[in-house]
Amino acid sequence: MKHLITIADLDRAAAIELLDTSERMAATQERQMRKLPALLGSTIVNLFMEDSTRTKLSFEAAAKRLSADVIGFAAKGSSISKGESLKDTALTLRAMGADAVVVRAPSSGAAHKLAHAGWIDVPIINAGDGTHQHPTQALLDAFTLRRHLGARSASGSLDGAGLDGLHVVIVGDILHSRVARSNVQLMTMLGARVTVVAPPSLVPVGADVWPCEVSYDFDDAIAQGPDAVMMLRVQRERMLGGGYFPSAAEYTRLLQLTDARAARLPEHAIIMHPGPMNRGFEIAGGAADGPRSVIIEQVAAGVVVRMAVLFHLLASNEREGS
Amino acid sequence: MPASEKTVLHEEDIHRSLVRIAHEILETGHGADDLVLLGIPHRGTPLAQRLGRIILEADGAGRSLEDLVGSLDITMHRDDLRRRPARVPYETVIPGGGVDGRIVVLVDDVLYSGRTIRAALDAIGAIGRPAAVRLAVLVDRGHRELPIRADHVGKNLPTSRSERVSVHLRETDGEDAVRIVGGADAEQGESR
Repeated sequence: MKHLITIADLDRAAAIELLDTSERMAATQERQMRKLPALLGSTIVNLFMEDSTRTKLSFEAAAKRLSADVIGFAAKGSSISKGESLKDTALTLRAMGADAVVVRAPSSGAAHKLAHAGWIDVPIINAGDGTHQHPTQALLDAFTLRRHLGARSASGSLDGAGLDGLHVVIVGDILHSRVARSNVQLMTMLGARVTVVAPPSLVPVGADVWPCEVSYDFDDAIAQGPDAVMMLRVQRERMLGGGYFPSAAEYTRLLQLTDARAARLPEHAIIMHPGPMNRGFEIAGGAADGPRSVIIEQVAAGVVVRMAVLFHLLASNEREGS
Repeated sequence: MPASEKTVLHEEDIHRSLVRIAHEILETGHGADDLVLLGIPHRGTPLAQRLGRIILEADGAGRSLEDLVGSLDITMHRDDLRRRPARVPYETVIPGGGVDGRIVVLVDDVLYSGRTIRAALDAIGAIGRPAAVRLAVLVDRGHRELPIRADHVGKNLPTSRSERVSVHLRETDGEDAVRIVGGADAEQGESR
């Protein structure tokens, strides 16, 4: 694995290796001295061409905990056409001596282009590209889910465990969600059964060939007793004039994780949300803050999972064949 | 062409070495009260467990094995990290009492360049500040590249750099034996 662009860059063994390493990273973060020297002397560029809070902060924290230098590159405001600006940016980063680039872009495929266009020859990590993929988000979701419901060995270790036999329901704007795409791929690869729930207008064309079930009925999915429910953000801006669904009230009635719906989940089930949340829209405040909610844990998991990804992509120069 | 192979320590030799090291540790540490044994994965961990059991039999001092023995992963502190494929780090288990103010005995199977131990000293520094750090190894094969020595050695084994010392332990390899494997093709081996 040289880059992490999509979940398809991983196989089950590589994904589990990243989750196991994340557990080790998490253990080091409980110590007084949380900084590790593994990437000392490396320079990691955070190239964020789209707004982000959690992803940007946690990539930065992850890099710094591994002793790498971090350069933040805000490419916002550029009016040059996408392809050219990305190329110029890549050439600049190469000149600056970047050892890896973490890229968040509004256009799908930007990370792939950066990795394979030949402009810069360093590991590229996709931190979300358009509506395509957000692999580290899926990894942190899998990490959180595995911590709660994964099969532990007799000694309590999660090493080598997948998500086998778990049932995950992903609810909301599947059409625009790179989080959903990455999660469907990763969680099924790790042995989970995934059901996506959305109104028909928010299910992408071609979702019928995804390795998951597609449902239009949230209550029916809850009745199946899922192990985890992942609520996706409704992008309010897309509703205005977009006609994706008739009204906010109808969306809320049919698809909000209300306190009542949360109460019908099995006792062990967890509630997830990648953030940022629209409280009172796709998720009720009570469900978001209740004891089943692992939403804050997901944020903490983001740091250790990204440490693991940076470690595996950067700690070894082996790929240079030296 | 199979490399030449010679068994230099058998099961009973390994056991005898560990018993002697355990007693040396007790003598230099004036009992087991402040001791913490930290095995360096992969094979230092079971060796530390064995030493811990022998120490508890000889001078329990009310300690439990969990409270006496842990393991210390050094992956993040290696100076050759970039030259090897990245792998999942091993687990670090620090006994509940921590290492501050205690006597930490690092335990490893083979002492060679000394670089592993240097990394281990850094790794301990990230966890706490022991009163003292000592080093116990089953085999010292020489060829040090750093000013590091062991306090307790099971067996001094003069080797050439082209040879490889291969330690097999019941817990990790299904048998107890230390072998010298000859031949230039066996390089690297325990250099890590």
